[in-house]
Amino acid sequence: MSEFEPTIVAFVCNWCTYTAADLAGTARMVQSPNVRLIRMMCTGMVDPKYVIKALLSGADAVLVSGCHPGDCHYINGNYKARRRIKLLTEILTGFGFDERRLKLTWVGASEGNEFAETVNKMVEDIKELGPGEATAIEVM
Amino acid sequence: MASTAQIEVRDGNIVAAVQDFLGKLLADQEIAGIFTPRQLEAKGTVMPALITSADKLATADPLAPSFPLNSARQVAQLTRGDLDGGLVAVMRPCEIRAFVELIKLNQGSLHNLVLVGVDCYGAYDNQGYRRVMENNGDSLGLEGSNSFIKKAAAGEIGAGNGVPGLARACLACEHPVSPVADLTIGLMGADLGSQIFIEASTPKGEGLLSRLELKDAAPGDARDKAIEALVAKRKAYRDAMFEETAEATATPEKLADYLAGCINCYNCRVACPVCYCRECVFVTDVFSHEPWQYMGWARKKGALRMPTDTMLYHLTRLAHMSTACIGCGQCSNACPNDIPVMELFRLGAHRTQEAFEYEAGRSPEEAPPLSVFQEKEFSEVTGGLD
Ligand code: SF4
Ligand code: SF4
Ligand code: FES
Repeated sequence: MSEFEPTIVAFVCNWCTYTAADLAGTARMVQSPNVRLIRMMCTGMVDPKYVIKALLSGADAVLVSGCHPGDCHYINGNYKARRRIKLLTEILTGFGFDERRLKLTWVGASEGNEFAETVNKMVEDIKELGPGEATAIEVM
Repeated sequence: MASTAQIEVRDGNIVAAVQDFLGKLLADQEIAGIFTPRQLEAKGTVMPALITSADKLATADPLAPSFPLNSARQVAQLTRGDLDGGLVAVMRPCEIRAFVELIKLNQGSLHNLVLVGVDCYGAYDNQGYRRVMENNGDSLGLEGSNSFIKKAAAGEIGAGNGVPGLARACLACEHPVSPVADLTIGLMGADLGSQIFIEASTPKGEGLLSRLELKDAAPGDARDKAIEALVAKRKAYRDAMFEETAEATATPEKLADYLAGCINCYNCRVACPVCYCRECVFVTDVFSHEPWQYMGWARKKGALRMPTDTMLYHLTRLAHMSTACIGCGQCSNACPNDIPVMELFRLGAHRTQEAFEYEAGRSPEEAPPLSVFQEKEFSEVTGGLD
């Protein structure tokens, strides 16, 4: 049997983490190919239902990543995102989703390295965890 | 400090004592109307009305064990602008608590409003109320409310002998007395053969109460004790309900089974007093998918449950309003397919409100958790980094 290859949906902010991902790419850093990047203008734009939808439609994990506290281009979008992720973690783990399937990180524009590491670590963790709890059920 | 007055109960008619009190309120020069549940002749239905004429108070009945609607949205509608006179709103604790949540979202206001909370022994759900009425020759009326309150105060309301129990939401409700109110119609701890209490807990309430010139009362600790005992009973019921519901929804698969009968009618959110969006995203084109999308989803798993987006709907609704859920149970009351929606939402709400140390409806001053943030907090969600 071939090794389980997780699908990770990553909502990344245009100004920081997306730029970092770009940097990681142009610098040819080694990264797992399991991540589907979705560029958002800010982590504060990540509606909880995007995360839920991803987890119900086949994603094994969701990463939300944006600017470090104090660096958000819209001043406080990332603080709002942190509360939303807290809320979602509370809701999803209650129904048996492993908490490691939802992650929020701060990765600045110059931190290509950090981005590659975050992604690689997350892919490793999810490989260990196995397929998402909701990926097999026929209900969306 | 709260002051307490009393209204005399004559011939065991508690509802008449409440009506007497409402009449005095309406006679006050600052009060133009009273919003209160009342008995309608038709089919024994109980619905709120905005009453401006004293003779119409004869059918007012805030004590009826029927709860077809959480009135918070109605009172929000009445207070969102100038009302042309003071309004008294007579509400159950869960209605006031839902209204408090709407105030925070600027959908209602305390301006020109006197909130009158009523001690709540609970109510039947719609089906239960209909059955109780049938057993009673198709009507309960004011007399039914009197006997319900007396039995409830004596702890004699229970299921059995063809009589259904109260709504589960009520059995699990730890707020039989509203934490927010200008005046409270106090039944608990009162000697209902002779008196009900009227308690003032705000300057607005004090002012109004002093103008009514009612007889003072000293509830002593009988009232506190009665409330405490009821709350303890309900918390025990609630915790057992949480445990049972957590077990029944412990995995996404189990949650899917739990929601298996859901037809996406969205009655539960229409009935929900704190589902605050003006337009729900689930009835917009966002969820009108293309045919080929369904085929794609089906292929991925071999089969796709239709209608789709059922689980997404419930989880999203939890994300939107669980921090505001006050546990009124109207979602379950409105569900055509008997999905235990209240149980699910109360459990979700318990978890999210605890996470933010928030309690829905506790105070108009407490900001909704998703409307504020601190610079340093919840570092556990970012792997310990601030
Ligand atoms: S979710 Fe249900 S119990 Fe909670 S406030 Fe809405 S209608 Fe009431
Ligand atoms: S009222 Fe019942 S059937 Fe309708 S959407 Fe809510 S849970 Fe589903
Ligand atoms: S702009 Fe990057 S998190 Fe707000």
